[in-house]
Amino acid sequence: MSNLKDDIVLRAEGVGKRFGGFTALSGVNLEVRAGERLGLIGPNGSGKSTFTNCLAGAFPSHDGGFTFKGRKLAGLKAHERARQGLARTFQLPRPFRGLSVIDNIRVPLAYAGRDAATDERAMECLESVELAGKANRMPKELTQVELRRLELARATALQPELLIVDEAMAGLSHTEVDQILALLFRLNAGGTTIIMIEHVMRAVTEFSQRLAVLVAGKKVADGEPRAVLSMPEVEEAYLGR
Amino acid sequence: MSDATLPAMPVSPASRWMGHGSFWLAAAVAALLVILALRGFGSEYAYFAATFVLQYVVLATAWNILGGYAGYVNFGAAAFFAAGAYTTVAIGKALGLGLLPCIAFAALVGGALGLGTGILTLRLRGAYFAIATLCLSVVLQTIVVNWDYVGGSRGAYVIRPREVPWLFDSYSGFLCAVMVVLAAAAVALARTIEKSRLGLGLAALRDDEAAAEAAGVPTLRLKLVATTISGAMMAVAGAPLPYLGSYVEPNSAFGLAYAVNAIAMPLIGGTASWAGPLIGAVLLASLQQAATVTISSAANLMIVGVVLVVFVCAAPHGIIGLFRRSR
Repeated sequence: MSNLKDDIVLRAEGVGKRFGGFTALSGVNLEVRAGERLGLIGPNGSGKSTFTNCLAGAFPSHDGGFTFKGRKLAGLKAHERARQGLARTFQLPRPFRGLSVIDNIRVPLAYAGRDAATDERAMECLESVELAGKANRMPKELTQVELRRLELARATALQPELLIVDEAMAGLSHTEVDQILALLFRLNAGGTTIIMIEHVMRAVTEFSQRLAVLVAGKKVADGEPRAVLSMPEVEEAYLGR
Repeated sequence: MSDATLPAMPVSPASRWMGHGSFWLAAAVAALLVILALRGFGSEYAYFAATFVLQYVVLATAWNILGGYAGYVNFGAAAFFAAGAYTTVAIGKALGLGLLPCIAFAALVGGALGLGTGILTLRLRGAYFAIATLCLSVVLQTIVVNWDYVGGSRGAYVIRPREVPWLFDSYSGFLCAVMVVLAAAAVALARTIEKSRLGLGLAALRDDEAAAEAAGVPTLRLKLVATTISGAMMAVAGAPLPYLGSYVEPNSAFGLAYAVNAIAMPLIGGTASWAGPLIGAVLLASLQQAATVTISSAANLMIVGVVLVVFVCAAPHGIIGLFRRSR
């Protein structure tokens, strides 16, 4: 049996973040093992996206910090974390609207990818999300689900070891959710550790091997999905007393 | 998004039909042809008018590297332009050097000024960045006005050399040829940046800085590179100015016309392509030169204003945008 500590790709220790007088995150501890599929859930305003932003380097955290692949992330800028293999998608798709679909992929390949930014590699990334046929289109010509796929393709072009998928299912139909899920399962099968932040419970329970729950900036549960969802504090957070 | 006020025009996929080397060669050939054509005219006014237009080609192209490619609107173009002009005055007086070494010094001064401005201001975005660059112009003008060595508020005279370099028939012809070369180099450099990894990164940060960072783009470093190159080129545009009229004074060197034209020309031509500032500068500067000799130089800014309003309303992506839409 492998040593569990060696398998840990990400460790969050006592992460805290405040916006003025509002505490968005408080003492959050979390460990993610290599190759794991972790669901991070919580009601609106619970701090999931703040956690993502702190982890990805968009915001500095006030307390605690992250260790990624055994290296402290403190002081590293967002682009440096991306180059370390830590990729993210955004809640609302944020394509580079002035660039074609394939150029959207060339950006991470040129700046942080471990491969040369060749057309072939860019097309491979697009093929993996079934967007190869729209390589020369502009983002404004894509549907919502295609924009989500483009977002995923741009993140995977970094060849990440850890991918944080922030509400990729929001606003998608049942079929579209299945398409994105299939894509995420494929990525995970290829060795990418995935943290899924999601409100679509069907997707998160189907996908996750483990669930962590944030409520009001604090982690209140962490464990096997069914067990976590039946915890009284989790039910209370979602349904009220 | 960088909160830039410029509309992001979709950029064309990286060109495959002409590499960087071929384009530089084509620019050199075009420059040679223009010089030969101007020699054919042999008129002092033709040289003057062409130099006037070409300095705007360099200025607009330089502005577009930061304003168009990166989406950071610089209202302080006149400061960089004047920094180039006053570098020529100061270096010429201190070291007795001619125009060409002064242009090289101007590039260094403009680049340093651009880098310094970038370090101080690039954490600002949108209107705040634009206001900061406008302040730079005011600060620099105040320094020059109070700097007696370069003439202060009285201005400085620069005597053109009696001997005309190389085979030119007049110093105006030589000056014009220098501007042709500078314009060709500026356009070729802008095109090289646009089609390079740097251009791709600038386009990404123009559209969305947070997303660009998440994609591994070192946005702050790229913006500093862009301000440095843009500043150096704008100063180069201004370096020949003292020789053009043999006199330079702060109010004209820091004039509103340079700041407005530097923005209006790329907007009218199209900011997403190297060709946009070239087309805008040739069109607008030629119109202004025509208005100067037929109506009055006072009409220049009015022409810029009218043309700018028409284009912002009818063609927000400029002439290049119109051309691409019709294809």
